[in-house]
Amino acid sequence: MERKPFAITLNPASSLANHTGNWRTMRPVYVDHLPPCNQGCPAGENIQGWLYEAEEGKYEQAWRKIMEENPFPAIHGRVCYHPCETACNRGQLDEPVSIHAVERFLGDYAIEQGWQVKAGVETGKRVLVVGAGPSGLSAAYHLARLGHAVTIIEAGPKPGGMMRFGIPQYRLPRNVLDAEIARIVAMGVSIHLNQKVENLEKTIKEGGFDAVFLAIGAHLSKRVNIPGRDAGRMIDALGFLKGMDGRAVPKIGRRVVVYGGGDTAIDAARTAKRLGAEETILIYRRDRGHMPAHDFEVEEALEEGVLTRWLHTIRQVDNTTLTVEEMTLDEQGRPQPTGRIETLEADTVILAVGQDVDTGFLEDVPGLDISSDGVIQVDASMMTGRAGVFAGGDMVPAERTVTVATGHGKKAARHIDAYLRGSEYRKPSPNTVAAYDRLNTWYYTDADKNRQPYLDLARRRASFEEVVGGLDSDTALLEARRCLSCGNCFECDTCYGVCPDNAIIKLGPGQRYEVNYDYCKGCGVCAEECPCGAIDMVKEVR
Amino acid sequence: MSYQRVKFYQTGTFTIGNRLLDESNRTVQAGMDRTNSLNSGHRACQGCGEALGARYALDAVMRATHQQMVAVNATGCLEVFSSPYPESAWQIPWLHSLFGNAPAVASGVAAALRAKGRKDVRVIAQGGDGATVDIGFGCLSGMFERNDDVLYVCYDNEAYMNTGVQRSGSTPPRAWTNTTQAVGAHPGNPMGIGKNLPRIAMAHGIPYVATASVADLHDLEAKVTKAMKFRGARYIHIHVPCPLGWKSDPAHTIKVARLAVECGLFPLIEAEGGEVTDRTPIREKVPVEPYLELQGRFKHLFHPRDARALETIQAIADANIHRYQLLPVKA
Repeated sequence: MERKPFAITLNPASSLANHTGNWRTMRPVYVDHLPPCNQGCPAGENIQGWLYEAEEGKYEQAWRKIMEENPFPAIHGRVCYHPCETACNRGQLDEPVSIHAVERFLGDYAIEQGWQVKAGVETGKRVLVVGAGPSGLSAAYHLARLGHAVTIIEAGPKPGGMMRFGIPQYRLPRNVLDAEIARIVAMGVSIHLNQKVENLEKTIKEGGFDAVFLAIGAHLSKRVNIPGRDAGRMIDALGFLKGMDGRAVPKIGRRVVVYGGGDTAIDAARTAKRLGAEETILIYRRDRGHMPAHDFEVEEALEEGVLTRWLHTIRQVDNTTLTVEEMTLDEQGRPQPTGRIETLEADTVILAVGQDVDTGFLEDVPGLDISSDGVIQVDASMMTGRAGVFAGGDMVPAERTVTVATGHGKKAARHIDAYLRGSEYRKPSPNTVAAYDRLNTWYYTDADKNRQPYLDLARRRASFEEVVGGLDSDTALLEARRCLSCGNCFECDTCYGVCPDNAIIKLGPGQRYEVNYDYCKGCGVCAEECPCGAIDMVKEVR
Repeated sequence: MSYQRVKFYQTGTFTIGNRLLDESNRTVQAGMDRTNSLNSGHRACQGCGEALGARYALDAVMRATHQQMVAVNATGCLEVFSSPYPESAWQIPWLHSLFGNAPAVASGVAAALRAKGRKDVRVIAQGGDGATVDIGFGCLSGMFERNDDVLYVCYDNEAYMNTGVQRSGSTPPRAWTNTTQAVGAHPGNPMGIGKNLPRIAMAHGIPYVATASVADLHDLEAKVTKAMKFRGARYIHIHVPCPLGWKSDPAHTIKVARLAVECGLFPLIEAEGGEVTDRTPIREKVPVEPYLELQGRFKHLFHPRDARALETIQAIADANIHRYQLLPVKA
């Protein structure tokens, strides 16, 4: 027997023999919660996911992650109204992450680098897409990635839909639009321009299509009944904006009145200003707070010298004289006439009071549920009442934005794919939202938002140059790093460091961590300290 | 602050590591190769601040000395929960003798190493606040006076926790302990008594004195690393919450420590040769109440509300802030 010192009977041992994990009543588990930005994105982007890549300067990985959900990062970085930023938790700390600016940088960088996306393995199925707007192109892109042959039929002379004919160049330069559409064409999607589908059933039969996605948008300008003697001076906003991409620039007078309060009204007013109108007045029935247009666009229009008459309505147009009536808002925020009348002089009146859907070609299709304003009803899978015919974008009931339309395209593509394979697409159920109170914001340093440069005012008033500039590679990196990574581990080592029992195992770069339940006593310090709330404490069940 | 915080977007220097930070700017604790001087399986309570503080400090010493160190431990929680016979949680050379004599034993170890010509092996002595400010105080003062080449680390959990939460010279005013019950006209630990050992250590004029907190690892590691650059007697006083004795939620250990720093009750300072040389500014100043409210040992200050006591405690925090200029300089 080995000689031991006096009064010593046991051999030395390690504390590792003592499994303190059996003290535990709660156990920490690593989770991925849904960041509010992702929840807020109508196109279903994994924003936190691609910011995570961008933070490391892995721009191509970041871009490819966007492309899994949205084929137009350069476009969305410009024209999306970024509900993600409204939802961003950082907004409660200082200012939201400028997600759109980083997305735009990635999109532009991808165009510069010529990155492409490959079509999927051919399935032999053929899909017809009617309309080459954001929704149709998005559906075509996702269907091509899934291996289906896609044909788009477009009535207009160029693809892009409202992105081309509704959004002015100073917000979306056409080379950017063309580049992102060309990438979809390069995947094998064929676009037939200047063709109108007259009879859908006939087109399906003749083309041998297995499914259809309708995305013709809402291009019929609504009318308002204004008594007038010289209707020639009244034009509709959509036709006006559309004309900007045609051969002849629309003719307007020196004094222009735009009637309406939506984004299209603002676009028309700013475009008129750029075309040389000395005076552009926006007339809207309600006040600024009730305008459907996004406030930053109103602000930009005001900066450019657009004048406004809130709470006014046009009663009559008499040659160049407009009779307007002052309005007041009732308790429900609806405009009510006051009887106070005045007159204005205007050479041109642009009407921007909304759009309808032109559904004439669908009259013979059985089973479609079309409401009086042309909007088509679809089920949860975006399918219309006619099996195999899906619809999305502005022609179905939803908010009419590029991003919503793009999201519809993706959603429809996934359901069409399932339909063609004889199965059903089930969206994975989302994780619970990583609310602000899950975060331990003490760990985040102060970091001011990186501002995008603006074109100077003189040039904004006189040209169609892009108003808002992009971030460069360095500022985009810094902006991406402002992301708090809500609800998703970003490998900050805090849990690994703060465990009093060394019960967190660090698995190495990109591998995150694991809990060593042999020793974890369940104190909860890791969950409490985790900056981004990616650890839950759950009741131990034995 | 003795080091420059990295101005780094996203999480900067406040998280333990961060994949985006340069390796040299991460903490010792972020490393996959850290020593884990105090190993798993020790019997400290859930959320023990002292176990955490000891690993933080000793792992930093291990890195600073290239693993050439020996630690002498006073009696107390740290010693008891880490070495129930025959197990040991220590992965470093470690000695324990008595409650009161750790500084003297450490002086002896340092003398022996000097006699053997082992300049490369450094000596650490460590203990809780009881062993440091009360029982071992005479030996510690002697060690300081002789300027023996020892770094003494005190893990201050503000009472004798191991023996069942009795008051020490470091227990804060108005705190409940088993020997300062929350009864009578002035419940809890009396105002105006107790010792501030970092200031007593500074009065000895020793080369280096610092205070640190488990809530700020970067600061703690920088101070431990700096201490190892000096020869002679050095003292670091680390604030380590005790969920048992403070009656706080084990999950709140770091939160409580952070609030102690942010309210000014536990100032983070550095001193060389008896003079304060630096302080770590408060990031987001808070009143003392959120700190006190998280701890059951101060419950009697809130039920019913003892406005006078709270004002007095706030005055102590404000005096610290004033004395060490703890508020950040506005840019």
